[in-house]
Amino acid sequence: MARLTREQIAERLARDIPEGAYVNLGIGLPTLVSNYLPKDKDIFLQSENGILAMGPLARKGEEDWDLINAGKQPVTLLKGGSFFHHADSFAMMRGGHLDYCVLGAFQVSRYGDLANWSTGEPDAIPAVGGAMDLAAGAKATYIMMELLTKDGKSKLVEKCTYPLTGVKCVKRVYTDYAVFQIEPEGVVRVLDDCSGVGKDELLRMTGLDLVFD
Amino acid sequence: MVNKIVSSLEEAVAGIQDGSTVLVGGFGGAGQPVELIEALIDQGAKDLVVVSNNAGNGETGLAALLKAGRVRKIICSFPRQADSYVFDGLYRAGKIELELVPQGTIAERVRAGGAGIGGFYTRTGVGTPLAEGREIRNINGVDYLFEYPIVADVALIKARQGDRWGNLTYRKSARNFNPVFATAAKLTVAQVSEIVELGDIDPEVVVTPGIYVKRVVKV
Repeated sequence: MARLTREQIAERLARDIPEGAYVNLGIGLPTLVSNYLPKDKDIFLQSENGILAMGPLARKGEEDWDLINAGKQPVTLLKGGSFFHHADSFAMMRGGHLDYCVLGAFQVSRYGDLANWSTGEPDAIPAVGGAMDLAAGAKATYIMMELLTKDGKSKLVEKCTYPLTGVKCVKRVYTDYAVFQIEPEGVVRVLDDCSGVGKDELLRMTGLDLVFD
Repeated sequence: MVNKIVSSLEEAVAGIQDGSTVLVGGFGGAGQPVELIEALIDQGAKDLVVVSNNAGNGETGLAALLKAGRVRKIICSFPRQADSYVFDGLYRAGKIELELVPQGTIAERVRAGGAGIGGFYTRTGVGTPLAEGREIRNINGVDYLFEYPIVADVALIKARQGDRWGNLTYRKSARNFNPVFATAAKLTVAQVSEIVELGDIDPEVVVTPGIYVKRVVKV
């Protein structure tokens, strides 16, 4: 068995995004997914700050600081792309026009609750950005994360202990060990044991009643 | 003849009162009206409530206004960034109040304010700590959180082109909050990089019609 690297998780997730999809990639890890979307297919990346059909990162020397992504990195625009203001951008999200959003997570519960904006520590400066809007609005929220914390605890949990970002919003969780599908009534199905770690080990690591096909 | 173009930054921010609520456009540095903010620092208004997506970067623009101690409270979605140390220090020292609002909810609260809407219900934030103690309404089987509109005394925005009637266009993703913020203040001031004649902007591409804008200044 071999755990997937972050790039491999991104590549695995990118395979499940069909042509024609409108997709928002969250800041941080999810941004990697853009490197693996097939170039010969039309997939539309939305950026919360008012871009549709966002292209790759700008090359060094060609940066335009009026054209940035949600992580404030300079990007490019594909032919056919468009700009719009923030109220329209978030209307797109809340109105259910985005097919997928991909976000990172601190924890995901078996019911699809998501915690990804605060660890709840008293001295932490809270920052939520667009995560709650995306979680509430996109047709499908896909999570990309490492399955275990640094001290070996599962981030896929019975109930989130960190402050929530959204309730029952996550559809799939792509991790370095496996791809999990969140189904109604708290059913968690293992779609793909992509690391080959095996059923017993996944059951042990998560401590959840996983369903295997 | 109506001419909203003013000849200096000083004139552009004249008359802004202590205690004003100020909408500040921009997403990070893109579309942030840095020169207008610096003029506001010189102008001296204090006890301000600022609405902006971020809480300043480095020590310029919004961060400089914070550093000068002029802001009592900030309403924003994402204060914590790699270079937000001015805000971080003030917040930890208890010298600034923070109202954390999801990004789309800021945009829509200001849109509602500018459109004369008395609030709205949104799914964003339901079931999270930000909804605690607040009105939830079930509409067609789905829970929504009630949000109040935001109206302001002043909006400082950045645009690309402006004419003497206050019609504006923007540049790329520097548009962001600017057109929304332009609608919801008694005094909307736009800094533009180019002043053009009436009719030079194709009416089909005017993003902010001049009705929302009181002053335009070239920087």
